[in-house]
Amino acid sequence: MSEWPLYEVFVRSKRGLNHVHVGSLHAPDDKLALMHARDVYTRRNEGVSIWVVRADAITASSPDEKDPLFAPSGDKVYRHPTFYDIPEHVPHM
Amino acid sequence: MTELAEYFEATIQRGDRVEPRDWMPDAYRKTLVRQIAQHAHSEIIGMQPEGAWISCAPSLRRKAILLAKVQDEAGHGLYLYSAAETLGTSRRELTDKLLAGKQKYSSIFNYPTPSYADVGTIGWLVDGAAICNQVPLCRTSFGPYGRAMIRICKEESFHQRQGYELLMTMMRGTDEQRAMVQESVNRFWWPALMMFGPPDDASPNTAQSMAWGIKRDTNDDLRQKFVDMSVPQAEALGVTLPDPDLKWNAERGSYDFGQPDWDEFWAVVKGDGPCNAERLEHRRKAHDDGAWVRGAAVAFARLEEEL
Repeated sequence: MSEWPLYEVFVRSKRGLNHVHVGSLHAPDDKLALMHARDVYTRRNEGVSIWVVRADAITASSPDEKDPLFAPSGDKVYRHPTFYDIPEHVPHM
Repeated sequence: MTELAEYFEATIQRGDRVEPRDWMPDAYRKTLVRQIAQHAHSEIIGMQPEGAWISCAPSLRRKAILLAKVQDEAGHGLYLYSAAETLGTSRRELTDKLLAGKQKYSSIFNYPTPSYADVGTIGWLVDGAAICNQVPLCRTSFGPYGRAMIRICKEESFHQRQGYELLMTMMRGTDEQRAMVQESVNRFWWPALMMFGPPDDASPNTAQSMAWGIKRDTNDDLRQKFVDMSVPQAEALGVTLPDPDLKWNAERGSYDFGQPDWDEFWAVVKGDGPCNAERLEHRRKAHDDGAWVRGAAVAFARLEEEL
């Protein structure tokens, strides 16, 4: 094996929160990726749970496509609550 | 108590969240699957009463808004099905149970929407009641469910405001339009109150659900909160609420109000509402009609893999 594969690392900082991407690392297999992730990214109790995913298993949108990919939601201002004028005196809205 | 059960109890007692890989009692898992599935089904069936008005919306603006709203309901259903899947069930299994009538959805969607004003009333009262129910669920003890609720609540605000704005617009219109709004509010007020479920003394699951932190408030507490929020909104809108017992109680700092017809509630829950059969039939047909799309997508994915 010329180089260990790249893994992306996701950490849940505490119960109730989503796993968040924190970075990446190289490891020879899944198990060692998890161990390395613990040592690299959670040395100070940064998390209660770790996910590692091989980077080549992730399908991602490309930055070049950003505009066309997200364009359909650009002109739909009515999806936002602030689009609607509700008088100040109407409570709890 | 086993060590695992003790750990689970301690997590709940700390007010901490339970996450999918944690050990949990079977009854906790079952209760969550039932509740999240019922919630997801409600979003999906809930597309029907308003969806019926998309093609008849009075302007392009209202049509676009309504389309966006119904699209959101589909999205909410999916957030919830995926939260349920973290408990070891599958969306397919849950869909099958819905179509077989083995799992329920909120009774409110078994009422018809014969008037365009109903689109506004559903946004204001039905989504308003849903928000009342869902805001405390953002702190529910099962992590994925709480996170789905946070996302849903953010989007739900648009739903309520578009409904209220629609009704305000009609109230500025003709006498006939104002009458339409009042008539719609009269029909939806009591079913909206029923959305919080039976009274506390007739809700056998509440105590256990609260002990587990799945539910954060009792049905009656949430109903009271909803009434207190809705009365000033109705006044600002210029409509009355169809309850002769509704009046401010200065001592409690809350409104007193009458009881919904609980016999009607149980009849609708058991399948005898005005639209139960129609809603399920529509959903079954949509599922069957969509079979070729699901099949084609799988066939295409296989083809791509082979190439």
